[in-house]
Amino acid sequence: MSAETLAELSDLFVVAAVLLYLAAMIGFAVELAFGRARAETRQVRGGARVPVGVGAEGDTPHPGEVAEASGGAVAEGPEPPAWARKAGTVALVIAWLGWAANLTAIATRGLAVDRWPWGNMYEFVVAICFAAVTAFLVAHLRQNIRFLGAFVMVSAALGLGLAVLKFYTVAGPVVPALNSYWIAIHVSAAILASGMFVLAGASGVLYLIRGDGLSRLPSKDDLEKVAHKAIVVAFPLWTFAVIAGALWADKAWGRYWGWDPKEVWSFITWIGYAAYLHARVTAGWRGNKATIVQLVAFACLLFNLFGVNIFISGLHSYADVG
Amino acid sequence: MTVSDLERKQEPKRAGLGPAGWLRWSWRTLTSMKTALLLLFLFALASIPGSLIPQRGVEPDQVARLYEESPDLAVWYDRFQLFDVFSSVWFAAIYLLLFTSLIGCIVPRTGTYLRELRRKPPAAPRNLSRLPHHAAFESDLTVEEAARRLRKLRFRVVTGDGWVAAEKGYLRETGNLLFHVALLGLLAAVGIGSVFGYRGNVLVVEGDGFANTVAAYDRYMPGPRVNAESLEPFAFELSDFQATYQVGGDNSGQELDYSAHLKVNDSPGAPARDYELKVNEPLDVNGTQTYLIGHGYAPEFRVTDGEGQVAFEGPVPCLIEDKPTLTSGCVVKVPDAQPSQLGFLLRFLPTSTPLTDGGHASSFPGAVVPEVQVLGAFSGDLGLRSGVPQSVYELAPPEIMKKLNPLVMGEAAGDPLAVGKSLELPGGAGKLEFTGVKEWITLQIAYDPGRLPALLAAGTATIAIVFSLVIRRRRVWVRVKDGRADVGGLTRTEGSAAGFAEEFDEIVKELAGDKDVR
Ligand code: HEM
Repeated sequence: MSAETLAELSDLFVVAAVLLYLAAMIGFAVELAFGRARAETRQVRGGARVPVGVGAEGDTPHPGEVAEASGGAVAEGPEPPAWARKAGTVALVIAWLGWAANLTAIATRGLAVDRWPWGNMYEFVVAICFAAVTAFLVAHLRQNIRFLGAFVMVSAALGLGLAVLKFYTVAGPVVPALNSYWIAIHVSAAILASGMFVLAGASGVLYLIRGDGLSRLPSKDDLEKVAHKAIVVAFPLWTFAVIAGALWADKAWGRYWGWDPKEVWSFITWIGYAAYLHARVTAGWRGNKATIVQLVAFACLLFNLFGVNIFISGLHSYADVG
Repeated sequence: MTVSDLERKQEPKRAGLGPAGWLRWSWRTLTSMKTALLLLFLFALASIPGSLIPQRGVEPDQVARLYEESPDLAVWYDRFQLFDVFSSVWFAAIYLLLFTSLIGCIVPRTGTYLRELRRKPPAAPRNLSRLPHHAAFESDLTVEEAARRLRKLRFRVVTGDGWVAAEKGYLRETGNLLFHVALLGLLAAVGIGSVFGYRGNVLVVEGDGFANTVAAYDRYMPGPRVNAESLEPFAFELSDFQATYQVGGDNSGQELDYSAHLKVNDSPGAPARDYELKVNEPLDVNGTQTYLIGHGYAPEFRVTDGEGQVAFEGPVPCLIEDKPTLTSGCVVKVPDAQPSQLGFLLRFLPTSTPLTDGGHASSFPGAVVPEVQVLGAFSGDLGLRSGVPQSVYELAPPEIMKKLNPLVMGEAAGDPLAVGKSLELPGGAGKLEFTGVKEWITLQIAYDPGRLPALLAAGTATIAIVFSLVIRRRRVWVRVKDGRADVGGLTRTEGSAAGFAEEFDEIVKELAGDKDVR
C-alpha cells in the first residue's frame, strides 16, 4: 500500500473510531440510566471470594462496614430490566471495536509516515484518546467499571473530534529534532500517563457531581478508588515522561531543564498530582477536597496540552497547530 | 507514616515568649511538612509567569517588543523581575526556603524512620474478629509454626503467649524518605550546575573554526564561580554543513535532516578527529557539550571600491527572515572602501523564483537557485568608529542611516544577482560581486557539572516514589488456642487496602497449611 493510501485509511479509521465511541457511549448511558440506583455504600462486586470480603481500610477497623460487606450486595430499588444490562454489554463490545479502529488509525498513520505516529498535536491527541480508552478497557478487564463507560467514551469522541476538526495535520515528516528514539520513550510515556489521567479526571468529575444519596451514578467510594488507582499508576509514568523529556532536552537543546513553557506546566501538573496523593492521606482533605486538587492538576495537564501548544511559543513548539 | 501522622508529630508547639522561643517556633513552622508542601506549591505557582511572560534569557526580542508596545506595563514587569523570573530574587527566595524546609523536614523524619525500622510489630489485639480482615480455622498450628510460616512470607515477626504479630512493607517508608532526600539532591544539583557551569552561543561559518575560550563566544553566560581559565581547551573546524529537505508533496521544503562535519581537536596539539554533529547528537569533550541549534546561509561577496581595490571579500552570515523558505536578510559593511565607506542591504533567496508581478521570492529552503536581491546600496560614514557597539545584522542605527547617501534603491538594482554576477554602483562608486554560497551554524556550548547528579537524583526520586506509593504496610496477627487458629489483618496505609483482601487470603491459606495454593 502506498503512503497516501495508508494516510487516507488512517483518517477513515479515526472517523470510524469517533462513531463507534459515540455508539458505545449511548449503550453505556442506557445501562446507567435504566440500571439500578446505588446508595452511597460499598458494594461487593462479582461475588466476594471470602467472607472477609472487600474490607475496610485504614488503621481503625469499621465494624459496620465489615458486617455490611460480608452481607453481600446491597440491593436498592427493583431489579433493572434485562435489556439495560444487555445495552451495557453491547456497548462494551462496540467500545472494543472503536478501540481497534483507533489503534488501526494510529498504526496506519505510523506506516504512512514511517516514524512514530505522535510527532504533532493531531497525532498526539489521537494517541491520548486511544490511551484513555485503553486505560478504561484494561481496567475493566480486572474490575467492573462499566459505570464510567459513557463518560470515557464521550471524552474520547470529543478528543478525536477536536483533533480532526482543529488540529488536523497532513501526514508527513517531522523536523529533524523529533527524529530520535527519544520520541518513543518520552512522548509514549506522556501519552500513556495522560490517558490514565483522563480516566481519573472523568471519575473525579462524577465524584463531585454525585450527591450523597441514592443515585444511578456509581458510589463515591468506587469513583474515588478508580481515580486513585489510575493516578497511582499514571503519576510515576508522568514522572518518567518528564525525566525522559529532561534527558532528551539535554541532548537536543543543551540543557536538561530550562523552564520552557512546556517544562513549567508539566512541572506544575506533577506538583498537582503529588498534592492530590498527599491530600488523600491528610485528615480533613480526603474526599471532595482531594478530588478538587486532582481536577486542578488535570486542568493543568489539559492546559499544558492545549493552552501551551496553541498560545505560547517555546522550544516545544513542534505541535504544528492550525 | 502518613502525612497526618507526621503533622501530629511535628505540630509546632505554641511558642513561649522571648526571641529564642520565636526562633524555635519559626524553625519548626518552616520545617513542618505543611510548609514544605506550601513552598512546593509556591514554587510551581511562581514558575507560571515565567511561562506566560517572555523571558529575557530566552526571547530577548519579545521583551524588547513589549517595551515598545506597552512601555508602562514592561516597566512594571521589570520592577517585579518578571522578565527574569527564574533568576529573580523572589524565585530564589522560594527555592532557598524550600531547600531549608526540606532539610528540616528530612532530619527528624530520618530519626522517626530509624526508630520505626527497629520497632517490633505490636502485640495482637484481644479480639481478632473485629479487624477488617479476619479468618478462623480448626488447626493444631503452634505459635512457632505460625511464626515460621509468616517469616517465610517475609514478615517481621514477634511472638507472645499464644499469639504471633507480624508486619511487613517497611520499604514504604524507605521509599518515602529516599524520595525526599532525592528531591533535595535534585535541588542541590541544579544549584551546582548554575553556579559552576557556563553556557555560550557562537555562530560558525563553513570553513571557519572555533576554539573554546571566552573571547570566541558571541554570547557567554558563566555561573558566578566559573573561572575563564577553566574552560575545556578544545577546538574544531566546520568543514562542511549539509541539510536535506522534503521535495514535493504537501510538506515540500520541510527540513528532513541536517548535520555538520567537524574536525575536532580535543586539546591543543591532540590529533584531529572527525565528528558528525547533528541535532540530538551533541559533541562531548570531557563533559563540555556542543549542540547544533540552528543554521542558515552565508553568501560570499567581493566588494571593489571606487578606487578599484578589493575592499571586502568573504562570507556574510544572514539573518533568517522566513523560516520555511530560508529567505534571509544580509548586511554588508565595507568600512575600508575608498573614497567613502560602502554599505549594502541585501536579501538572499536560496531558491529564487520569478513572481508574476516581476519580483522574485524564494520557494524552497535548499540552495537550488541561489540569488541575491540588492535592496539598497549606500555610501558615507557608517559610524563604525564612533565607539557605540553596533549589530552586525543592521547596517547602521536610524540616525546614521539618515545621513548615508543612497546609491541604488530597490527597483533600480534590477534583477537579483546569481552566483558570479555583479552589480556596478552608479558614478563609479564600486562594484558588488556575489561569489558563492556558504552556510552557517549556531552552536550552544554548555558545561553543567550538575547534570549527572541531577539525573541520579531524579531517577532515585522516581523509584522511591513508586515504592512509597505501591507498597503498603500490613500487619497480621495469629492467635492459637484449643485447636483453633484466628487470623486478623489490616493495612496500615490509608487508601491502598484494595488488593490486601487477596493477599490476606493467601496468608490464611499458607497458615492453614494448604501448600497447593502457593
Ligand atoms: C525537560 C524537558 C521536557 C519536558 C519536561 C517535557 C514535557 C513534555 C510533556 C509533559 C509532554 C506531554 C504533552 C502535553 O501535555 O502537551 C511532552 C510532549 C512532547 N514532547 Fe516534551 N518535554 C521535554 C523535552 C522534550 C524534547 C527535548 C523534545 C524534542 C526535541 C520533546 C518533544 C515532545 C513532543 C514531540 C511531544 C508531543 C506533544 C506535542 O506534539 O505537543 N520534549 N513533553
